[in-house]
Formats: sequence, structure tokens, C-alpha cells
Amino acid sequence: MLLEPVAAADWLVIAPVAIALGLGAFLLMLRHHLRWQAAFAFAGLLLMLVADALLLHRTLGEGPVTMTMGRWLPPFGISFVADTLGATFALIATFVALVCVLFSVADIDATGRRYGFYPFLMLMLAGVNGAFLTGDVFNLYVWFEVFLIASFGLLILGSERAQIDGAAKYAILNLLGTAFFLIGTAYLYGSFGTLNMADIATKAPDLRGVAPLTTIASLYLLAFAMKAAAFPLNFWLPASYHTPRLVTAALFGGLLTKIGVYALLRSLGMMFPLERVTLSGVIEWMAIATMMLGALGALAQTDIRRMAGFLVISGVGVMLAGPAIGSADAMSGTILYAVHSMLAMAALYLLAGAIGEAGGSYMLTDLGGLYRASPLLAAMTFLLVLAVAGLPPASGLWPKVMLAKASIDSGAGLLAGAVLASGFLTTIALGRVFLLAFWRDAPDAAVATRPPPVAYLAPIVVLIVPILLLGVLPERFVRISDIAASGLIDSTAYVRSVFPEAAR
Amino acid sequence: MEPVFAVLVALFFGVGIYLILSRHVIRIVLGIAIFGNAVNLLIFTSGRITRAAVPIIPAHLDALPGPAANPLPQALILTAIVISFSFFAFVLVLAYRAYQEIGVDDTMDMRISEPTDDRLPPTGY
Repeated sequence: MLLEPVAAADWLVIAPVAIALGLGAFLLMLRHHLRWQAAFAFAGLLLMLVADALLLHRTLGEGPVTMTMGRWLPPFGISFVADTLGATFALIATFVALVCVLFSVADIDATGRRYGFYPFLMLMLAGVNGAFLTGDVFNLYVWFEVFLIASFGLLILGSERAQIDGAAKYAILNLLGTAFFLIGTAYLYGSFGTLNMADIATKAPDLRGVAPLTTIASLYLLAFAMKAAAFPLNFWLPASYHTPRLVTAALFGGLLTKIGVYALLRSLGMMFPLERVTLSGVIEWMAIATMMLGALGALAQTDIRRMAGFLVISGVGVMLAGPAIGSADAMSGTILYAVHSMLAMAALYLLAGAIGEAGGSYMLTDLGGLYRASPLLAAMTFLLVLAVAGLPPASGLWPKVMLAKASIDSGAGLLAGAVLASGFLTTIALGRVFLLAFWRDAPDAAVATRPPPVAYLAPIVVLIVPILLLGVLPERFVRISDIAASGLIDSTAYVRSVFPEAAR
Repeated sequence: MEPVFAVLVALFFGVGIYLILSRHVIRIVLGIAIFGNAVNLLIFTSGRITRAAVPIIPAHLDALPGPAANPLPQALILTAIVISFSFFAFVLVLAYRAYQEIGVDDTMDMRISEPTDDRLPPTGY
């Protein structure tokens, strides 16, 4: 029943989670030394970034890497498996968090630090990395709860009325979402007798017709669509994401909804591919409704922070196109879009923070004259408008091209049309922000506009670099997302990594 | 034994969902607590219920000699109980703070973060 001791190099699989958890606890002990918190968080995230990059490098070279806890033979021990999909998402998520720590130096005041912004941030990153790297369904649930409870702490930092109101809706609906995840897991365990994802992927073909696999897949669709904020389960997001500090909103908008998308890809793409075909019609309509209603919601907003929330939702709809179609091209498009969305949505929220700092308000009715106040901010906003709307030369273009092409190839013309139409509506919504906040003169001359401090602009520039890179030189990124998608659809390598002796 | 538990789980789910559908935060929170316990019982039942056989492997064996109670669902539930208990405590405090700050318990009136009198964006210069 026991394995050989884990090879030293394989400890890398658990390193990002271990660093984040350890540093979270350490920062809690340092809670009276506020000056050191940001520096330690930055150093820890840098270490995690290196670990995630090494992991991605290894998975690209030799396929998925597995580490099973406590030397127990899988499926009895809990496996951590890094494949290209998980490692890519973990890498980008950690990068976004690193940039957010840079931004937080200016955005989080002493009170926020005293209430534990950095410990919460590290614990949330532990949950996020754990969710991307675990190979066990129940363990995935635990990581969901870890990042969820840390996100509660971040959300109500400051205890303003709007925050408490938003957090109540966020907390209750997300708790329900994870409860549905757990219901699905109970049926899964009752049917399979195992919770190891590789084991489930192997055993699923034999159990079709005997076990209620479509029920389990539907419950997972419900739970993860709720996490990802897909229509009609998205109403917690616009109620809460604009209430915390902008850097927290950037973390949430960038990372948390993508974990729902990741879990959807992992469960429907790898474990229940045939059940996904049964559900594809439902997913397709969810995708269309989510992207259109998200874009329409963004059009109706005056507050740019709330507009960003609806744009997050619209992006989730685009990402659902991949699971709706299910071909390798479509999955690859979804993975690439998720990478783009993590970068672009975090940048969008940070940008909203910089605009608020420069113009003294978040409302389109009050903003104006920012072009004159800060041409650099205007240039960055313009690039991000292109990125979020999916126009060249920024990152949104290529994943949308891939998804639109995959939709047309599989005969889902309506889906392709919706991807393009939602991009058009997004262009109008964000173009109007540019028009009102930057080009026109300030409506109230008494409100002084000023260039935002460098501490606000520099982190956004750091995020814009990969966004442009993905837009101008997409080949490398597309190749990685192709590998990730093929590893998802053909899980042989993943299974062989978890059960090496079965292949012999 | 399982059918009895199935009915019990259904009862818990029914009560939980009924309370969650309420407009009052405190009922929703209580509903979620009962809903969570329904899920725990469901995990317990789906692990199959075997009574009076302790799952301890004798010293000279590698595996259990015969059918025994399944310890794994209990480990899963224990994890889920700890998590849901701490969440319940958090949400209770949150609901109380919301009542203190906003002064209402009715979700229809909790519109601080999404005000009903929100202005539309300007249509021109």
C-alpha cells in the first residue's frame, strides 16, 4: 500500500500551496509590523511564481507531474497533479496577485493592513493554487472553501455599509454553490467509490448506464456555473465586486470566476466528456445569455467599477463557449481566453482605481478631462479597451477568433454570432467610458483632475505587457493552450502520471 | 437502513430550501445550516451504511478481511462540518452586522450596494 518516498523534484507540485499557506500564517504573526507585510507578501508570491513557472516548464517537457500525499498508493492518498492546464492557470493567477501586491502598496491603507489584507491575500492564493493543482475532487472542494473564506475577509475589509450588504449576498450565494458541489461529490463517491480525478476518468466509461453520471455532471455544472457567475446564477457578482478596495476587486475579478471555469473544464472536459455532450445545449444557451446580458449590463452602468463587474460576467459567457462545443480547438480557445481574462479583468479594475484617483469619482456623470490630466492613463485605457473588447493588437483577439472559428466549424453559428456581438457591445460600453471620462471636458470645473501617482500606474503597465505580448506574438501562447486542451480531452497522460504502475 | 436515511435527507433538504426561499436573512442563514447538514447526511448515506463492523485491519493482514463500516465518508463529513460550522458562524455575524448597519432584515430592502435610484450613464456631452 505504500509508495517509494516522493522524489525531491516532485515536491515542486505542492510548493506554491505550501509557500502561500506558510507565509499566510507567518504574516498573521507579523500583524503588528505593518511595514514588513507587503515586502514579505511580494517575496513569497515571487517564490510561488518561480515554482509555478518551473511546474509549467516541467509539464510542457514531460507531461503531468503527480505527487501523492503520505506515500499512500493512489487513489487512497490524495494526489496533487500539475498538468499544463492547471500549471498555466496557477502561473497566471500568481502573476496577477503579484501585480496586485504592487498596487496594494498605494491602495490599501494602514487600517486595511491592520485588519489583515496580506494574510488574507496569501491564504486566498493558497486556495487558488490548490484548486488548480489538486487531483482529488473532495480536495478541490476544500480549496474552494479556503479561497472562499479568505475572500470573505478581503471583501469586508473596512466594514462599510455597501461592503456588508454586498458581502452578505456574496457569502450566502457562494455557500449555496459549494453546497451543490458537495451534493454532486456525494453522489460521485456513492457511484464510484473514489474521489481521485484520474481514477474517475478511467472508471466512468464502465459505469455509464449504471450510475447517474448525467445527474452528477448537471450538479457540477450548476455549482461551477454559480462560481463562475454564469447566467442565471450571476447575481451575486454585480452586487459585491464593486464594494471592496479596487485591488481586492481586481483579484476577485481576475482570479475567482476563472476557478469556476477551470473546475467546469476539469469535470465536464476530463471526467464526464459524454455527459458534457448531453448537456451541451444547456451550456450553449447559458454561454449566449451570459455574454449578451453581461455586455448589456455593462452598457447600462454609470459606475465604472460596476461596469467592470458586468464585463467579467460577459467574459465568463465567452469562456463557456468552449465546454459548449467541446472540440479541442474550442477548449483551447477557452483556456486562452481565461488567461487573457485573468490579466485583462484585473487590469481593468486597477485601471478603474487609477481613474478614480485621477478624476475624483467612479461615476461617468462626474468624470471628464482626464486626457489632458494624464495622457499616459489615456493610452493605457485605450489599450485595455481594445483588449477587453477583443480587438487587435491586444490579447482578447486571438481567443475570440479561435472560439468563433470552432463554433462555426461545429455548426454553432449562433454561438459565434453571440461572441462577436458581445464584443461589439463591449466596444460601445468601454468606448463610451473613453469618450466621457477622457475626451470631454470635466462637467464640473470645480473638481480638480490630476495625473494619478506612479504607484497606481506602474502595476497596470506590468499587466499590459503580457496583454500586448499575447496579442502581438500569440503562437507560443496558443501552443501551450493547445497542449493544455489536448491533455484535457485525452486524459491518458494524466491518468498514467497518477497511476504509473497500471501502464506497465 | 439507506431508504430511511434517504427520506431523512429529503426532509432536511426540503426544510432547508423552504427557509432559503424566504426574504429574511436570518431564515436564509438557518436554511443554509440545515441544507449543509442535509448534504452531510447525503455523503454519509452514499458511503453505504454498515453497522457493527469496525474498519480496523488486523496486524497480519494488508486489507480488511470482510465488509466493514466505511470510514471515508465520516472523514469527509468531519471536514465538511468544520468548514460549514465556521462559515455558519461568519455568516451569522455578517447577518447581524448587516442588520445593525442597514437596519433591515428583509433582502428586498438591502439595496445599499445596488441602489434603486441609480442614474443612467449620460447619453451625450
